[in-house]
Amino acid sequence: MSKEKKEKGTISRRGFLKAAGGVTFAVAAYALLPKIPFGEDAQASGDLVEQTVTAWVRIDTEGKVTIYNPAAEMGQGSMTALPLILAEEMDANWDDVVIEQSPIEPAIYGSVMFSNSRRMITVGSRAVSGYFDSLRTAGAQVRKMLVNSAAKEMGVPAGELSTEPGTVLHKSSGRKMTFGEIAGIMKVPETPPAVSPSELKDPKDFRLIGRVDIPRHDIPSKCDGSAKFAIDVRLPNMVYAVIARSPVHGAKPKLTNESVVGGMKGVIKTVALGHGVGVIAETIEDALAAKAAVKIDWSGGDSKGYNSQEWMWARKYASVASDPSKAGRAEENKGNADQALASASKKYSADFYNDHVVHAQMEPLNAVVSVAADGKSAEVWAGSQAPDGARTAAAAVLGFPRENVKFNQMYLGGGFGRRSTADYVEEAAELAKHVKRPLKLIWTREDDITYGMMRPASLQRMEAGLDASGKVTAWKHTIVGTGGGLMTSGADTQFYTFENQRIERRDIEHGIRTKHWRAVGHGPNKFAIETFVDEIAHGEKKDPYKFRRELMANFPRAIKVLDTAAEMSGWGKASPEGRAKGMAFAERSGSLCAGVVEISLEDYKIRVHKIWCALDAGIVVQPDNVKAQSEGSMLMALSTILHESITYKDGAVEQSNFDDYHLIRIDDTPELIDIKLIPSTEHPSGVGEAALPFMGGAVSNAVFALTGTRLRHMPFTRERVKATLEKSA
Amino acid sequence: MPEISLNVNGEKMSVDADPSTPLLWILREKLGLTGPKFSCGIAVCGACMVHVDGKTVPSCNTPVSEVLGTEITTIEGLSENGDHPVQKAWIEEQVPQCGYCQSGQIMRAAELLANKPNPNRQEIFDHMKRVLCRCATYYRIVKAIEKAAKDGES
Repeated sequence: MSKEKKEKGTISRRGFLKAAGGVTFAVAAYALLPKIPFGEDAQASGDLVEQTVTAWVRIDTEGKVTIYNPAAEMGQGSMTALPLILAEEMDANWDDVVIEQSPIEPAIYGSVMFSNSRRMITVGSRAVSGYFDSLRTAGAQVRKMLVNSAAKEMGVPAGELSTEPGTVLHKSSGRKMTFGEIAGIMKVPETPPAVSPSELKDPKDFRLIGRVDIPRHDIPSKCDGSAKFAIDVRLPNMVYAVIARSPVHGAKPKLTNESVVGGMKGVIKTVALGHGVGVIAETIEDALAAKAAVKIDWSGGDSKGYNSQEWMWARKYASVASDPSKAGRAEENKGNADQALASASKKYSADFYNDHVVHAQMEPLNAVVSVAADGKSAEVWAGSQAPDGARTAAAAVLGFPRENVKFNQMYLGGGFGRRSTADYVEEAAELAKHVKRPLKLIWTREDDITYGMMRPASLQRMEAGLDASGKVTAWKHTIVGTGGGLMTSGADTQFYTFENQRIERRDIEHGIRTKHWRAVGHGPNKFAIETFVDEIAHGEKKDPYKFRRELMANFPRAIKVLDTAAEMSGWGKASPEGRAKGMAFAERSGSLCAGVVEISLEDYKIRVHKIWCALDAGIVVQPDNVKAQSEGSMLMALSTILHESITYKDGAVEQSNFDDYHLIRIDDTPELIDIKLIPSTEHPSGVGEAALPFMGGAVSNAVFALTGTRLRHMPFTRERVKATLEKSA
Repeated sequence: MPEISLNVNGEKMSVDADPSTPLLWILREKLGLTGPKFSCGIAVCGACMVHVDGKTVPSCNTPVSEVLGTEITTIEGLSENGDHPVQKAWIEEQVPQCGYCQSGQIMRAAELLANKPNPNRQEIFDHMKRVLCRCATYYRIVKAIEKAAKDGES
């Protein structure tokens, strides 16, 4: 059965397309589709197999242009950037554009990012890069349809017409029609016109893309309290739920005081779940009081026995890395690194560690689920990075066909990778089954941290061999830890060339929950790589900047980024007394980033005074927002470099809230963050994480430049810095 | 349950609630003022900041009984049209990312500038350190406060 037919009826798509007072354009998201089914005829014609349609744009007769945003808005600005790309090619007047969240319909609004299936998922900094071509094409198609209709109305060849924002012009006669006027008379063709890539604008003619003065759509509502997050949803007769979750992942609960809890004020029901006990109550305060009172016997647990710091400090990971019988999965195996190491005239090796960190997005996970009175359909409100997956998951829990669940995508109070899993939506759906009233599930901060999904803690063992001329001929990077593939992103050295290179992953199963965390493995891996590169450079008595330049000799784009950062920072010039600089380079989601930080130590506390950063992200759609994302990425990185540490004792997380899990606060803000975006006409690449991975190396290298001592274990808390410096003294 | 009378954003409001209920839940779930946010529940993150007689208070662990007879202001009541100098500066500097903590940040910054119209960096740090931002928009928060201060001078 075709996707279209399966989807039929899941949204009032026909109603949506036929909305009164204007026209809606159903345009192809992909330029190669030959025929776009549209309206009743196409539906009836039966030739919809494998066809996909996107319904992105509405123009009303007043000229108001509504563009639907398919991405989750979690602060990264996609909600503005994506409609702006479409508006650019259709030549819409930006002041006339109204942005609305698209329905959660992947067949229409999904992007092909990972495989051939379309998904609505906002991850890996891929929103702009993933939708860029298709949105440009869609915009150009809308423009063409407007121009063709105006040509017909004016009785002139379409080729004589041009567009200015919101207007079609016939230059020779001076006649013009606004988009609103055209919308009043036009009939949207059954088949939108094809648009070839050569018909798209030359980037130099962009009117909207690249402008620094177009603000983000969502910001005003985030300054007056009106922006709506899922946690803000209130429905008549709504009940509240919280869950007492297993302290040790995988432990099974047995509630031992059900009658006590059930008799507490406002408590409606307790619900036994596989991983905890849900409490449903009339008010949130009643639910929280009941949660505090539950007595649960826990049994078993997948992570029982895991003591994270033992694996680090007692060198258990190191012994795994050293044990030839523990050889793991090769992520890269070029030439013969072992042989090249054995025959090298000089060798370097070093171990690097990172503690677990957790997402700790400011809005705790939550969802609202309302099952209809007839018990046959439901509505969900949540902020999700993967809303179509969450919708399907909720439907599965409720036992409904997917199309009987309406998913309302809300603003996300932070995502960082945590909200691409639907566990919190499934929990809310499960609990909603037990009451015939709308239900809001809220995770407490303690739930969020103690039952969090962690960035893997890992060991990175770096080994390099150099020939007599000082050239690095062997490069070996062994990663040990829990979290599988999450640990390896960024271990490859896309812009450093090594003849013989082996990247190997040795998995240790600790039974904990791990997850993508902003930039995934790039944070830990680039910290290790960039510190090690610095270490080799110093060992070889080379300037770390020049040394990096040699390694990236084959990649002019990377050199340009590095040179820019070096120049911005005045690399080579002495820092003020008591300060020193460190440099690093990292690529992420297609973007290239180099940075220099200047630091000092105040009673062993690292203070970052200045950051200079050069970023090549291809065509930049919203430059100011890219800078904002970069600033945030660098400081979020600094948070993990200076403060954040999740530790486990006997399988349970030892931290529980922001009083013992420390995030960066404003007093760690550098006096200067200078970011330069490299001008480019390359396809856009990701910007939501690109400036994060270089920071670990840059800071540790600066500390070395200042003290002559290497820091090898993130976070570099005051206590660790003190211990390390005193030990090396 | 006792009826509790509150003065919120210049209006008298009354709710049925236990006097020990945290102010935050009253504001959000009973009065529909969802600008102040729940995040830590133990008064360490500041997302729930409101003004009580002009002073920022973490509403998440302030029992409603403690604010009877006071003037409570939430972000919704900070200005008539979202045009308090701090709000304007926040938009001009494009501060928010996810936005979840920003009501708390803005309420805290408004308090700072009300008492110290021209704070230096250290004073900004000392005062604003109370409110966490996971998106780490701190650089722009500093710039926006400095901008609001400067605009206040002219």
